[in-house]
Amino acid sequence: MPGPARPAVATGANPVTAPAIEVRDLHVTLGGAPILAGVDLTVSTGEWVTVIGPNGAGKSTLLRAVGGLLPTGPAVALSGTPLWSMRPRARARVVATVAQSPAVPAGMSVLDYVLLGRTPYIPPLGRESAADLAVVHEVLDRLDLSAFHGRELATLSGGERQRVFLARALAQGATLLLLDEPTSALDIGHQQEVLELVDQLRREHGLTVLATMHDLSIAGEYADRLVLLADGRVVADGPPAEVLTEDLLATHYRARVRVIPGDHGPLVVPVRPH
Amino acid sequence: MLAVLVALVAGVSLGPVSLPPGSVAVELLNLLPGVQLDSGLTAGEAAIVTQLRLPRVVLGLLVGGLLALAGGAYQGVFRNPLADPYLLGVAAGAGLAVTAVIALGGAMDPLVGLPLTVPLAAFVGSLGAVAMTYLLGAAGGRSRSPATLILAGVAVSAFLSAGQTYLLQRHSDSIQQVYAWLLGRLATAGWHDVLLVLPYFVLTAVVVLLHRRELDVLALGDDEAASLGLHPQRSRYLLIAAASLGTAAAVSASGLIGFVGIIVPHTVRLLAGSSYRVILPLSMLFGGAFLALTDVVARTAAAPAEIPIGVVTALLGGPFFVLVLRTARRVLT
Repeated sequence: MPGPARPAVATGANPVTAPAIEVRDLHVTLGGAPILAGVDLTVSTGEWVTVIGPNGAGKSTLLRAVGGLLPTGPAVALSGTPLWSMRPRARARVVATVAQSPAVPAGMSVLDYVLLGRTPYIPPLGRESAADLAVVHEVLDRLDLSAFHGRELATLSGGERQRVFLARALAQGATLLLLDEPTSALDIGHQQEVLELVDQLRREHGLTVLATMHDLSIAGEYADRLVLLADGRVVADGPPAEVLTEDLLATHYRARVRVIPGDHGPLVVPVRPH
Repeated sequence: MLAVLVALVAGVSLGPVSLPPGSVAVELLNLLPGVQLDSGLTAGEAAIVTQLRLPRVVLGLLVGGLLALAGGAYQGVFRNPLADPYLLGVAAGAGLAVTAVIALGGAMDPLVGLPLTVPLAAFVGSLGAVAMTYLLGAAGGRSRSPATLILAGVAVSAFLSAGQTYLLQRHSDSIQQVYAWLLGRLATAGWHDVLLVLPYFVLTAVVVLLHRRELDVLALGDDEAASLGLHPQRSRYLLIAAASLGTAAAVSASGLIGFVGIIVPHTVRLLAGSSYRVILPLSMLFGGAFLALTDVVARTAAAPAEIPIGVVTALLGGPFFVLVLRTARRVLT
């Protein structure tokens, strides 16, 4: 990962005061093409940050890097601990990811699926304990999924499935939740339902949320901060009102939009060019 | 377990000389330490039970268990309902390697009548074949689907079989020996064969069964498995090695017996759900019982002649494969 010499994340930082996520000068190259070219990002504990940007900007790659699914060298630290130094099981107890379209194994029940979230707590060759089952039932209760626990995952509707994916991530007991396009497969009502749920869970459990989203109005309504990514670089980072401006969106999305002030953040409406 | 016991008694009772199942069950109990019962069998009949039929049935149980377990493991590792030791070319690789060893000669095992290096050659051949299939399947890049892997397996099988045919043609003196082995050798099984397979059976079963939960996690895909704290690639290689070792042991003991690895795990799936924690142990038991019973058919259907057991499993497996294809269509598209 060549790049200008900038200080990497400090090691041995105090985990209490260290930010939940700290990314410094992250470069990622996939198949010879640079995807991320020097990304800096800090997310405080308990904060909800959403990454926006046009297709191919590197949003999903950034999430994969923070989730430990790509080699990142010293560029990423979670609560002060460098990501590269964490063993996969330890990492899985800190950060949980909900992929954009998770695989739905044929024939798997909701209970079995959510139980897979306990994997980082189960000894390599062992099985689930009563405590693991208790955690899973608590999560299913909280997400109103108890009635579904015996149902086959593949038979659920999109909204129900998204709640099950979320349940699996919560069963992981991680404090850091990475959501890649959590609402892209849902209608507008279910989008709101899922995001309200994430917000409540965040407050109840003190979770830190890093998400990617395409719908800019919704992104702005739920996030504390937006990060606009374009061509693998952060081009804007701040409260939704500062990032969702007609100028910035015209420059980086090549979109003609009208930005209207709303109750919980600016509302972005596409308008047809003259 | 019940299925295995039924297969055991039926397998020992039925044959050219029919023995009463009750007496056979008693005679089998006599083999347990501390049991002395009168089975009513003559000394000759008892010898048929303990020296001829029992080792054959036990070998059938072991080989069937291994093939079904390997099939189930491959299906999990490749996330592919059609994966099977034969369709992946694994068995063909073992077949080619064993043929080469027999044809080119080598130190002979006096008890089995085959070169000593047969098990090792089978293992190397099966690992080589699965590597070829995997690389060829992956060459499709992002567009690869479950069917691509199977197509690759078929291509590798054809390639390796061609190599085998070539070898046989060049070394026609060993054709008889190779064919006797290829068509399945449960017929000549003795306790020696059982002891030869047993260590591989134990090793494969332990490795695969200990990883049965990991196979459920791998079903979510590599990214998800990694984010749940697994080393997906490491688990995959280990399981492929174990399943290939099991296939190699089965092939070197009994020749080419197809379809067990696909019939049995799918039947278990239909009956007991899709979790590998259930599929793998049950497949091992049912696979053993299935092959032992198939062997009964093989030696009684055309008695006093025997039908090669590979022919019987293929006759059952062909139609079954169509059934699997129909149920798996949604996975393939």
